[in-house]
Amino acid sequence: MKLKIKDVEFSYASTPILKNVCMELQPSEVLGIVGPNGAGKSTLLRCIDRILKPQRGSILLDGQEVKDMSRMEIARRLGYVPQTSTRVFPATVFDTVLMGRRPHLGWRSNEKDVEKVLEILKLLGIMEFALRDFNEISGGQQQKVLIARALAQEAGVLLLDEPTSNLDIKHQLEAMDIIKKLVEETGISAVMAIHDLNLGSRYSDRIIMLNSGSIFDAGSPSSVLNPENIKQVYGVEAVVREEAGRPYIVPMKPIKPNGYEE
Amino acid sequence: MAGVEEEIREKTKTSGEVAEEYKKFVGRKVIFIVSLIPILFLIIGVSTTLGSANLTIWDAYSAIFHRFFPSYFHSTWLADICVWHLRLPRIALGVAAGFGLGVAGAVFQGVLKNPLASPYTLGISSGAGFGASLAILAGAGIVGGQYLIIGNAFFFALLCALIILGLSSRRGSSPETMILAGIALMYLFGAMTTLLQYFAEAEAVKEAVFWMVGDLGKASWSILVPVSIALVCCTPILMLKSWDLNVLGSGDETAKSLGINVEHVRIITMIVGTFLVATIVCFTGTIGFIGLVAPHLCRMVIGGDNRFLIPAAGLTGAVLLTLADTVARTIIAPVILPVGVVTAFMGAPLFLYLILRKRRQEYW
Repeated sequence: MKLKIKDVEFSYASTPILKNVCMELQPSEVLGIVGPNGAGKSTLLRCIDRILKPQRGSILLDGQEVKDMSRMEIARRLGYVPQTSTRVFPATVFDTVLMGRRPHLGWRSNEKDVEKVLEILKLLGIMEFALRDFNEISGGQQQKVLIARALAQEAGVLLLDEPTSNLDIKHQLEAMDIIKKLVEETGISAVMAIHDLNLGSRYSDRIIMLNSGSIFDAGSPSSVLNPENIKQVYGVEAVVREEAGRPYIVPMKPIKPNGYEE
Repeated sequence: MAGVEEEIREKTKTSGEVAEEYKKFVGRKVIFIVSLIPILFLIIGVSTTLGSANLTIWDAYSAIFHRFFPSYFHSTWLADICVWHLRLPRIALGVAAGFGLGVAGAVFQGVLKNPLASPYTLGISSGAGFGASLAILAGAGIVGGQYLIIGNAFFFALLCALIILGLSSRRGSSPETMILAGIALMYLFGAMTTLLQYFAEAEAVKEAVFWMVGDLGKASWSILVPVSIALVCCTPILMLKSWDLNVLGSGDETAKSLGINVEHVRIITMIVGTFLVATIVCFTGTIGFIGLVAPHLCRMVIGGDNRFLIPAAGLTGAVLLTLADTVARTIIAPVILPVGVVTAFMGAPLFLYLILRKRRQEYW
C-alpha cells in the first residue's frame, strides 16, 4: 500500500469541505478523483500533500504518518503538480524543473542535479524549450514542465490537480500518456483530480467519485461511471457507452430541479 | 520553410547542447555581476578626486598612498583631511549603503511579489523618521547622549517593521497583508511625525526635516563599523535563502509542495532585510529610489533568479549611490546637495525610461 487515507476531515473556517474521506492507493496505480465543482477534489490533494492541514484523520505514506514528517521529507516522497493557471514569476523552463531538486539538496544545485533535470526534460520531450521562459510557452508545454518538476522530486507518489485543464485535446492525451507511461515503467503511483470523466475513465485504474466532500462511490471506472451515479452526483442525464473496454460518457441534459417542468 | 527547418533542428537538441546553453546562460549572469566590480572601483577612484576643495588628481591619490608608503608619496595637511576624513568615509558609506539598499530591495520585491516593494515597504522610513523627530523635537529617546537620534531612528524603524510582521503573521503572512499593513503604519507614523512637528520650534523642525532627507554627510569611519557589520551578517543569510525565494515565486502552494516552509522563509528574509535597512537608514536618513531601481535594472539584464539578482542588485545599488553622491557633491559645489534628492532626480527619469522602452520580453 502506497498511501492510505482514513477518516480525513477538512473545513475552511466552519464550512466543511471534506468529510470522512477514506481511500487507498496501490503501488503502480493511477487513481482518478472525479466529482462536480466544489466537491473537494483539489482540497483532498492539498490535504494529502499537507499544503492544507486536515483537522482530523490520518494519512499514511508507506505506513508512515504524513503529519509527522518534515516538509522536506514530504517533498521527497510526494510530488505535487498544481494547475497551470497559477501565475508564476519569470523563470526559464530549466530553472523551473531544477526547483524540483530543492528537497534533495542544500541551497544550491550541483552538476548531478543539472544532469537529472536534463534526463527528465528528455523523457518528457521538452528539451527544445529548456531555456525559454515558463510564461512564454503554451499551456500544454507548461503542463509538461510542471510534471517534469514533480518528477525531479523523485517522489514515489504524484499528486496531479487537473492535469488536463486548459489543454487542447492533443495535449490532453499527451499529458495523460506521459503519466500513464511513468506509472507503468517506473512503478510510481499517481492520484489525479480530473474534471473530464472520459479522460478519467480512460486513464485511471480506479476511480473515486466525490460529492460535496464525501466519497460517493469508488471502484473500477466501469463500476463507478454509470448513469445512475452521474445523475445523482452531477445532476445530469447521461448515456454511458463502452469504448475500448472503458465506459464512455455522453452527457445528455441537466436534470431540472424537483417539481419544475417546462 | 526556413521556420519549419529551424523547428526540426530545434527538436533534435541533445542534452549536451542544452547543458552547454544553460552553462552559457548562467555564465552571462556571472559576467554581469563580475563586471560591476571594476565599474564600482572606477567610480570610487574618480569620486575621490572630486570635491569642493581644490585638489588635483595627483594630490588626492598621493594623499591616499602617503598612508601606505610615506617615504614615496607626499601629502599636505589639507589633502589628508579632505581625502581621509571627508571623501573616503563618505564614499565608503555610499558603497555600503547602496549595496545594502540594493540587496534589500531585491529581496523585498521577491518576497512580497510586488514590483513597487522597496526597502521601505515595511514602514522602515516612516518609523525611522518618527524616531528621529522624537529625538530632535521632543528630546525623548530610548538611549541618551550622542546616539539619541540614531538609536531612536533604529528602534522605531525596527518596531514599525515588527508590528507589520506581527500583524500579518496572524493571517499567514501573505504578501498582500504585509503591504497593506505597511501602508497603514506608514500613515500612522507619518501623522505622529507631523503632530510632533506641529508643536515644535521652527529651527528644530528644519533639523528634523533635514535628517529625514537621505544624506551621506554624517559619514565617518566609526559609522562604517556598524553598517559593515550589518552588511556582512545579513547579506549571506539573504543569499542562503535566495533559491527558496525563487521557489516562492512559483506560488505558496508550489513552494510548500517543494518542501519549503513558506512563512518561515518570508519572515526570516523580511526581518534580516529590515534589520539591514534600519541600520543604514539610522545613519543616512531615507535615501529613496536606489532600492527600487537597482533590482529592476538588474532584473531587466539578468532576469529574476534571486541567486544572481541579489548580489547584482547590491553592486548596482553601490554603483548608483556612489555616482549620485558624486553628483551631489560636485554639481553646485561648494554646496553639497543631500544625496536623497539626487537619487530621486536621477532615478525617476531613469526608471520611467526603463519601464516605457520596448523590451524583448516580460521581465516582471
